[in-house]
Amino acid sequence: MTYYTFAFYAFAAIILLSAYAVVTSKNVIYSAFSLMLTFFGVAGFYALLGADFIAIVQLIVYVGGILTLMLFGVMLTNKITETEIKTGVFQVLPASIIIGMFSGVLIASISNNRWTVAEKLNNPQNSLVGIGSILMNEYILIFELLGVLLLIALIGAASIARK
Amino acid sequence: MNITLNHFLIVSSLLFSFGLYGIVTRKNAVMVLMGIELILNAANINFLAFSRYSNSIDFGQVAALFVIILAAAESAIALAIVLNIYKTFVNINVDEIDKLRE
Repeated sequence: MTYYTFAFYAFAAIILLSAYAVVTSKNVIYSAFSLMLTFFGVAGFYALLGADFIAIVQLIVYVGGILTLMLFGVMLTNKITETEIKTGVFQVLPASIIIGMFSGVLIASISNNRWTVAEKLNNPQNSLVGIGSILMNEYILIFELLGVLLLIALIGAASIARK
Repeated sequence: MNITLNHFLIVSSLLFSFGLYGIVTRKNAVMVLMGIELILNAANINFLAFSRYSNSIDFGQVAALFVIILAAAESAIALAIVLNIYKTFVNINVDEIDKLRE
């Protein structure tokens, strides 16, 4: 068992257990912190897949930004006097049956498919140079549009929330 | 035993199913947003896994970067809307909110 295999199974266990805790925990705060663990595990997967820069971006943007936003959302939409912030559930039984069947079909079709993969995998290099040159050449228009979109989205979010 | 493409795809499809389950069963709107984030992460794992196992690493990573940027914009807007719903209806249970205006 190589280190890579061990790291894969460790991160997979972290991702799946904490994702299960996210969707089953009654307390919203517990769910939010389990979500942080899921994001850490997914960042580990990115690093295993040779995406060092994306793994760091995942940590900074998701854990630092989106998760903090979620926690603010939880805190601001509940009465402060309640000590525990609960969430109700509904349609648990039909949802678990249908989604269990759905994921079974998904996994079966993935395992039975013969994916064409590269004969010999290159060793992952530092990906930052490649990402930078793609962003500045092929995808320059999308890159600029995403900047404008982020600006519009944040202005819109601020003006919606202040109303 | 080597880790193949299938291992990553199976973990990401399970993550996708958990996210879908969270969206369908939770009443709290913030929990629905968390389910959406799980699904976006599963999609990102797929992008990176396919790009890694086809040796064209950089393009998949750029696509994953775009997904992360859009997720950030989406969650900011969605939380602003949730705050507004809370101001109007005093709760954010998605099964009780069925009016577009007060």
